[in-house]
Amino acid sequence: MGLRRLALLGAAIVSAGIIAATTAEAQNEQFIPGLVYRTGAYAPNGIPFADGVADYIAMLNARDGGINGVKITFEECETGYATDRGVECYERLKGKGPTGASYFSPLSTGITFALTEKAPGDKIPLITMGYGRADSRDGAVFEWNFPLLGTYWTAANVAIQHIAKEMGGFDKLKGKKIALLYHDSPYGKEPIAALEVMAKKYGFDFLPIPVPAPGSEQKSQWLQIRQQKPDYVLLWGWGVMNSAAVTEAGNVNYPRDHMIGVWWSGAEPDVIPAGEKAAGYKALMLQHPAGKFAVYADLEKFVIGPGKSLAKPDEIGSVLYNRGLINSMLGTESIRTAMAKFGNKPMTGEQVRWGIEHLDLTAERIKQLGFEGMIGPIKVSCADHEGTRLSRVHQWDGKKWNIISDWYTADDAVIEPLVKETAGKYATEKKITPRDCSKES
Amino acid sequence: MFYREAGQYKASYQSDQAIFPIAQDRIAMLALLVVAFVGVPLLASEYVYRAVLIPVVILSLAAIGLNVLMGYCGQVSLGSGAFMGIGAYAAYNLAIRLPFLNPFVCVLLGGFVSAAVGIAFGVPSLRIKGFYLACATLAAQFFADWAFLRIKWITNDTPSGSVNAPPLQLMGFDLSSPTANYLVSLVFTLVLGLAAKNIVRGHVGRQWMAIRDMDIAAEIIGVRPMYAKLTAFAVSSFLIGVAGALWAFVYLGSWEPAAFDIDRSFQLMFMVIIGGLGSILGSVLGAAFIVLLPIFLNQALPPFGALFDWKISTATVSNFESMIFGALIVFFLVVEPNGLARLWSVAKEKLRLWPFPH
Repeated sequence: MGLRRLALLGAAIVSAGIIAATTAEAQNEQFIPGLVYRTGAYAPNGIPFADGVADYIAMLNARDGGINGVKITFEECETGYATDRGVECYERLKGKGPTGASYFSPLSTGITFALTEKAPGDKIPLITMGYGRADSRDGAVFEWNFPLLGTYWTAANVAIQHIAKEMGGFDKLKGKKIALLYHDSPYGKEPIAALEVMAKKYGFDFLPIPVPAPGSEQKSQWLQIRQQKPDYVLLWGWGVMNSAAVTEAGNVNYPRDHMIGVWWSGAEPDVIPAGEKAAGYKALMLQHPAGKFAVYADLEKFVIGPGKSLAKPDEIGSVLYNRGLINSMLGTESIRTAMAKFGNKPMTGEQVRWGIEHLDLTAERIKQLGFEGMIGPIKVSCADHEGTRLSRVHQWDGKKWNIISDWYTADDAVIEPLVKETAGKYATEKKITPRDCSKES
Repeated sequence: MFYREAGQYKASYQSDQAIFPIAQDRIAMLALLVVAFVGVPLLASEYVYRAVLIPVVILSLAAIGLNVLMGYCGQVSLGSGAFMGIGAYAAYNLAIRLPFLNPFVCVLLGGFVSAAVGIAFGVPSLRIKGFYLACATLAAQFFADWAFLRIKWITNDTPSGSVNAPPLQLMGFDLSSPTANYLVSLVFTLVLGLAAKNIVRGHVGRQWMAIRDMDIAAEIIGVRPMYAKLTAFAVSSFLIGVAGALWAFVYLGSWEPAAFDIDRSFQLMFMVIIGGLGSILGSVLGAAFIVLLPIFLNQALPPFGALFDWKISTATVSNFESMIFGALIVFFLVVEPNGLARLWSVAKEKLRLWPFPH
């Protein structure tokens, strides 16, 4: 055998050894993908959320070495809030890591709709915390969707409860006019069904006003609001639409304290660009406020201090950054729950799904994790993929958010029949036999 | 050396008029077809199907459609995204309301609906040209955006506005696997692309090219402008509509109106410009280029940046895509206005002589 052939053979053996070594090492890793948008019209809100998601995972790796000794690998993919790019990112990342992707959080209702078709076939759960299809809280039909912490129908109901409280009771709602200024996309249209039901029940006039995407042009919509003079305006926007809405409200002098935004319209990037005009604007909270809580001690020590954080200094402690932390916390705690049953090794998508469905965070555990004061206890089950019905309201005073209400619990008497109806329709359309939750373990 | 054409005689008019007159070309095309139908299903992974092959095949069809209108007939059109959407929603409505129809029949019928709408929006072209026609087709785009959002009947009154494709099957065979999706799209593209190629080589195509090159002279020698322009809009919208229906049914599965917005129109236009106006091969090359470039940049830029110790975030890669696209459009329009197809035909000319200098 010539010298050249010998050298080639040696190189082949060595590289095979390296590949074997790296793959062997890569066996004990849990892969978590991140669908983010750091460019485009929705980037102002997408960036702090993505930073929160990444920083919490970085902290777990640095402080604990991962989850129960299994290191977490995290990779971002830019979707630009576009459904087709989201689908491409999903296809690229779903098979990475020794056991595939743990879960996907697309942070976009549009992408969630598309992935709801694909994820069951690939057996990967979707954690759509605070967004997604409102009817996906019915786990009997939507086995792989988890709208943890809150859905849009919960949000709509809590908003109406707060309005009723400000007016002095539900009976005072009769004859009043409540407008919904919404982003003309699946995200914005989600609450309409619930609001129509509540309008019939409580006797108020419901006025839906769409804003075409991306929503930076709203003059004609606010002219309509000025003419119609609704008592309250609910804002269901995202990205630049939020700050444009608050600015326009100031321009037509609609009282900002009669505007209530959903929890995706209640963060710093939505009010700071509007300057003084934003003072008095209220928004729902996805349970958590802005501010630094116990978990920040470890974040500062392991991620922010050493300069490993992706976030800029003014993002840290903001509403959406906290929300990103919570998203990763719920995901990693679900993986931990799954490991308690299946063993301390990398979990497959199916096992993670089991973990999310059996996630039970008590107040004590939340305090242990450092999230006390941010969220309340959450217990997910087969029938209830939302896990909780709580929300509260905060108000921007020009400099910061102040919590102005107690905890509201969404009224299931209103929402549950609607969930059953739409989930049932989806099941018949897709020919899914709903699971029998009493038999699930 | 490759193209030894000595000894290849044409014994009939039919063989002289073949699309691939040179035998080596025919062999190469046959080999390509074998690779596409047999080799790829054996070798490709699911990611390659879903992210590379299926988008390239479906968007090639759409780009061929747009090339028929912009490249062969010279009518500027910024409404191609709308026509894709019209094809998709028409096919969806047919599939939902006439469930006995096979989904692929609905795809073809969606193309016909798109052709009808295309004729309607092509009527302005009889009066206006160039940038003004671009404005009229842009109006078509925004009108379609509005119609998909506001006319609830089109989306079957779903509260969210998001619709799902019917399950893909043919005579009882389930065709939802990635390989089946790819093969179905490939068959559609090949058959319709071949039809388009033959149309542009025939008398209708020559009328289109006459209108494109000098429309007043064409009218004088007897080309009817209304017939030529409206058939161009019809054929183009049919191809784009079928591509749109395939995009929705096969690639996306579940979509909302934003999937067919102005960005999609621009994407198709870039494919046609970079690939080469007035060339079927150019449409395919342009589609492949536009689909592959973002994926290539996504995979290649971070390791490239790592060489210089520069951590490239996903946002930077995304912004690089926009910059590189813009730079490429300018580059192609300046250096090679006839696009990638011209580069290929120059290469082929040289290959026909190689290794001889002349």
